[in-house]
Amino acid sequence: MTAEALPHGLRIAPRRLAKYSPLVLTCIGFLGLVLFAAAFADVLAPKHYTAQDLLNRLKPPSFLGGPAQYLLGTDELGRDVLSRLLYGIRVSVVVAILGTVIGAVIGTFLGFVAAHMRGLVEEAIMMMVDVQAAVPFLIIALAVLAFFGNSLTLFIIIMGINGWENYARLTRGMVLSASTHGYAVAVRSLGANPWRIYGRHILPNIASALIVQFTLNFPSTILLETSLSFLGLGIQPPLTSLGQMLGAGRNHLILAWWIAVVPGVTIFLTTLSISIVGDWLRDRLDPTLRGR
Amino acid sequence: MNLRFVCIKLLRAMLTALIVLTFVFVVLRLSGDPIENLVGDEAPADVVEYYRAKYGLDRPIFEQYVLYFQGIAHGDMGISFRDQRDALDVVIERLPNTLRLGLVSFAFSLLMGIPLGIVAALNRNTALDRFTMGFAVFGYSIPNFFLGIVLILAFTMWLRVLPSSGSGSVWHMIMPVVTLGTAGAGSLARFARSSMLEVLNKSYILAAKAKGVPRLRRIGWHALPNAAIPIVTIIGFRLGDLIAGSVVTETVFAWPGVGRLLVTSVGSRDLAVVQAILILVAFTMVIANLLVDFIYGWVDPRIRVSSALEKD
Repeated sequence: MTAEALPHGLRIAPRRLAKYSPLVLTCIGFLGLVLFAAAFADVLAPKHYTAQDLLNRLKPPSFLGGPAQYLLGTDELGRDVLSRLLYGIRVSVVVAILGTVIGAVIGTFLGFVAAHMRGLVEEAIMMMVDVQAAVPFLIIALAVLAFFGNSLTLFIIIMGINGWENYARLTRGMVLSASTHGYAVAVRSLGANPWRIYGRHILPNIASALIVQFTLNFPSTILLETSLSFLGLGIQPPLTSLGQMLGAGRNHLILAWWIAVVPGVTIFLTTLSISIVGDWLRDRLDPTLRGR
Repeated sequence: MNLRFVCIKLLRAMLTALIVLTFVFVVLRLSGDPIENLVGDEAPADVVEYYRAKYGLDRPIFEQYVLYFQGIAHGDMGISFRDQRDALDVVIERLPNTLRLGLVSFAFSLLMGIPLGIVAALNRNTALDRFTMGFAVFGYSIPNFFLGIVLILAFTMWLRVLPSSGSGSVWHMIMPVVTLGTAGAGSLARFARSSMLEVLNKSYILAAKAKGVPRLRRIGWHALPNAAIPIVTIIGFRLGDLIAGSVVTETVFAWPGVGRLLVTSVGSRDLAVVQAILILVAFTMVIANLLVDFIYGWVDPRIRVSSALEKD
């Protein structure tokens, strides 16, 4: 790839769109669809996600010979799989976005603190980063759930703690190097306070790398949520999420495979699309990472 | 090997272990009275007092902290309240199953991933490269719980050739191994490809080519050892991840290993067992990271020199 193909910033000019591979466009389209489903789940869903129809239990999708009013079939209580899917997408997406944002804010802030304070504070923060990187987060999450029991607030906080260390490490490194650059030195010598230097001048300059980190972290948060919910230790009924649907559908594989396969395919296509779009974003925004 | 390098790495590893253990101690004390979990809410006060004294919970918090470390040093991590046995024993008897599954899938992902990555790098930008990398992206994007279910649907329900749960025979291992190994194979393939590509662009490869070194020797003798350096790191991390990685897969296939034990223990809030697993995982990870650092420094002299000079 040549240098001119790698503009900085996030602007996507329409005339460039033609150059994008159809694969990336398809993935962006699919992610748009997922976000749309999450935003308008209550409008789009034909039924409420807890509404039961006990006469129509475990019915196959309508295109496989099931009743016409259940496009993707029904589950063991006769609940509409399509409606549950839409609400499941909403819960999974909201939890993942909240978690990723919390992690990004905590991590970026601590990265700035480490770079600004140096000394003992920096050592302590970087030690925490090392510890978190050393222990697989799924285990920590399971332990915290075991010790404290499950609640939605705690669960979202756990999602937020996942991945903060990446932002902290990245931000610290970039702030340290940016502080020596001419523009930062110039603003500081004009008498700007640290908040202004970091917030107005350095943050915009390192934002693109942070956005890339955000796209890398987002699928791992979705996977953490779906894995924990799948194991029955995350989102609890009556609330539903993609992982929770899949985990519950596992008990009915013989009679009704669609209960598990529908959310499973959705999770898979979502993480696949994010991986592909994330790779592409990374290539565009960060030339130094190219080809890795 | 440089003594200072070894000391710094050892010290960091010990500090990490210390912080993890402290974290477990603090969280465990924050989460409520362990005696109440053991005897129930309605137990008479003298029974509670008896157990409190027995487990040293009536002492000052600092003394408890020291006792806690003494206990761990002696391999005493509490009693599983579900079957009243030593928590560490309960975990250890499950360990061989997890290791068996983990190591075989690890070998599977190595044997699949690294050759695929190298082949893709050598055929860069051809259809073969794109196909291989498409497979790799597919492999690490598919969540293992979903891959497991797809495999069960295909091979147990539809073709009826493989058992869906248990660990009795070699046949029981096939689907869990594929489920656990596929993601690893995908990311290893990508990683092997990129580190191979990076090396192939180096001037010493061009020099070897100019010198007239045959292609096979150029790849095997000049490129591969250099490309292996970053791959070793990743392999080390994967090894440390054996137990954690198996949590979901073991649950899907009802494989009687540590991962499934962790899930059931979290479900029933068997804190002693959870604590024992957490400590075990932390130690495996710390030791694996330490080994990676040493192997890394041994393979690539540049690293042990530079990291001994500056602290990080």
